[in-house]
Amino acid sequence: MILTVGGLSFQYKSREIFNDVTFELGRNEVLAIMGPNGVGKTTLLRCLNLILKPTGGTIMVEEQNIMHLAKRDVAKRLGYVPQKQESGRMTAFDAILLGRRPHITWDISEKDLKIVHGVIKRLNLEHLSLQYIDQMSGGELQKVSIARALVQEPDLLLLDEPTSSLDLKNQLEILSEIRNITRFHSVSVIMTMHDLNLALRFLNKFIFLKSGMIYSAGTCKDVTPEMIHDVYGVQTAIREMYGYPVVIPLTG
Amino acid sequence: MHFDNEELPAAYLQYTRTKIIILCIGVIILFFLLILSISSGAVSIPPIEVFQTLIGESVSLKWNKIILSIRLPQALTAIVAGAGLGCAGLAMQSILRNPLASPFTFGIAHAAAFGAAFSIIILGSGVMQNSSINPYVIDNPFATTFVAFISCLLATAVILLISHLKRATPEVTVLAGVAIGSLCTAATMFLQLFADDTQLAAVVFWTFGDVSRADWGELAIMAVVTVLSLVYFYYHRWDYNAIDAGDETASSLGVHVARIRIVGMIVVSVITAVIMSFLGIIGFVGLISPHIIRRIVGDDHRFTIPGTIIMGAILLLASDTVGRVIIVPHVVPVSVVTSFLGAPMFLYLLVRGYNR
Ligand SMILES: Nc1ncnc2c1ncn2[C@@H]1O[C@H](COP(=O)(O)OP(=O)(O)OP(=O)(O)O)[C@@H](O)[C@H]1O
Ligand SMILES: [Mg+2]
Repeated sequence: MILTVGGLSFQYKSREIFNDVTFELGRNEVLAIMGPNGVGKTTLLRCLNLILKPTGGTIMVEEQNIMHLAKRDVAKRLGYVPQKQESGRMTAFDAILLGRRPHITWDISEKDLKIVHGVIKRLNLEHLSLQYIDQMSGGELQKVSIARALVQEPDLLLLDEPTSSLDLKNQLEILSEIRNITRFHSVSVIMTMHDLNLALRFLNKFIFLKSGMIYSAGTCKDVTPEMIHDVYGVQTAIREMYGYPVVIPLTG
Repeated sequence: MHFDNEELPAAYLQYTRTKIIILCIGVIILFFLLILSISSGAVSIPPIEVFQTLIGESVSLKWNKIILSIRLPQALTAIVAGAGLGCAGLAMQSILRNPLASPFTFGIAHAAAFGAAFSIIILGSGVMQNSSINPYVIDNPFATTFVAFISCLLATAVILLISHLKRATPEVTVLAGVAIGSLCTAATMFLQLFADDTQLAAVVFWTFGDVSRADWGELAIMAVVTVLSLVYFYYHRWDYNAIDAGDETASSLGVHVARIRIVGMIVVSVITAVIMSFLGIIGFVGLISPHIIRRIVGDDHRFTIPGTIIMGAILLLASDTVGRVIIVPHVVPVSVVTSFLGAPMFLYLLVRGYNR
């Protein structure tokens, strides 16, 4: 197991967001965290990354409790792409290079530059590499942020709605790229997601959050219309079309 | 994970090389400006002679005294103060994510001046002289600077509280800074009630910061503090870059965002306190040098930090030189010149909407 989360809970001041969240994730797996708006998906990712300090529970990455690690060492193991990106007058290359920060002691080395260059090529960002990120579209910026998390060379990648501002082609491209990367680079991914169809198509495992608890979890083949109804309150049917499972809303 | 494809990004290397060349050009400009500044004034000295004296090979010794005991320390003071204030402004703008931030616009400079005046008038850490060139002598620079520093820290704490606890907009924080500045100015004026005539003249004079006040000893103190602070800022250049990408991203990259903020603001307070208590209030260098340099080399702190050091030094040295030659034999204090330059720039930033 690359990640073992036990009894994790968190509250903002006095308001409890989630309680006793427990799950495991194996190497090379891609996990979707799903649930309605405001249920606490982003908060959960921030806790896994220790940006927010959990009020209880343990987070083990490869048998090591990361709560006792220095912040820099946590950053070497977990990469994170937030839901909202901020941009400044910085080129894409520099923005991605920032991902090497946990590995830099005094200055960047040739190795850092080569890694950044490799990721840029891999994500087809070469034509943008010297463009300022404040002149980029939302989707381009999203790709740059994913690239930044990849150059951290983490064991575990946390992505908060990575496809939300991408067009159809880029959604498919990024998700299949992420799937390839997990296959060939021994990294696991946790992402939050609203699009059930994409989740069923690209991801191995899922967790549905409902009112501060894990409502159900399993492999994506196990998702049923009943679960979707209980979590989102929407009647749906799941059908297979051209070999892919498709969720069809029946109400509205 | 392994993405290394054994290939260096040629275009990017070219791009960083250009920036390094720009910085080198800045250093060369600064050097020529230094020669020019030393050679001009009430008595002009041929630049060649200045250069020979500086490298210790002068044939005639007749300029030695003017150069080594008046003009050189004054020029170096301008360089040190410009570099320190510029970098303090840059750090504040990054830390507070507020492009209008600088020790002067946020009232920290005024707090320093108040602290220094308080120390000298009330605690008696300095003696006022009735001389227009050097109206006061600081008996105890450490005590004076220390009181100035405490005063700066108080102002800084208020600003940090306002900008972060209340999540104020940049404009609100600036207004708070203006309020702090006015309050400190008023308090400095209040101290004047307890001052005798010569002290009064000195306090008024203080509000016009001037780089000709420092002697070699004071210059040395300022230089040590400034250099240490600049090393601190440069060491954390990646952290400032990360904070520019958003607090959340910075935190996920292993940056202790809150700690970097607080320590950074303390370092800003130290620089401001030392420079202002020796030289008086000098405005706008800290605000405009970072903006000019960002226009030239972009937002990357690997380059903006050295760039701002050079730019701040150039700006203050140029302002000082202009102030000395513009209406000979009178000398316009450097703070007046920088305000003529800086105030329009500040208004321009406000009106344009300062999207960094
Ligand atoms: N800083 C904060 N202080 C107090 N409450 C907060 C804070 N941030 C978020 N919350 C609350 O915590 C709850 C969970 O928020 P979170 O952002 O994790 O939801 P989410 O599942 O990611 O939603 P979405 O799908 O809209 O992104 C929300 O009800 C939100 O109002
Ligand atoms: Mg969210």
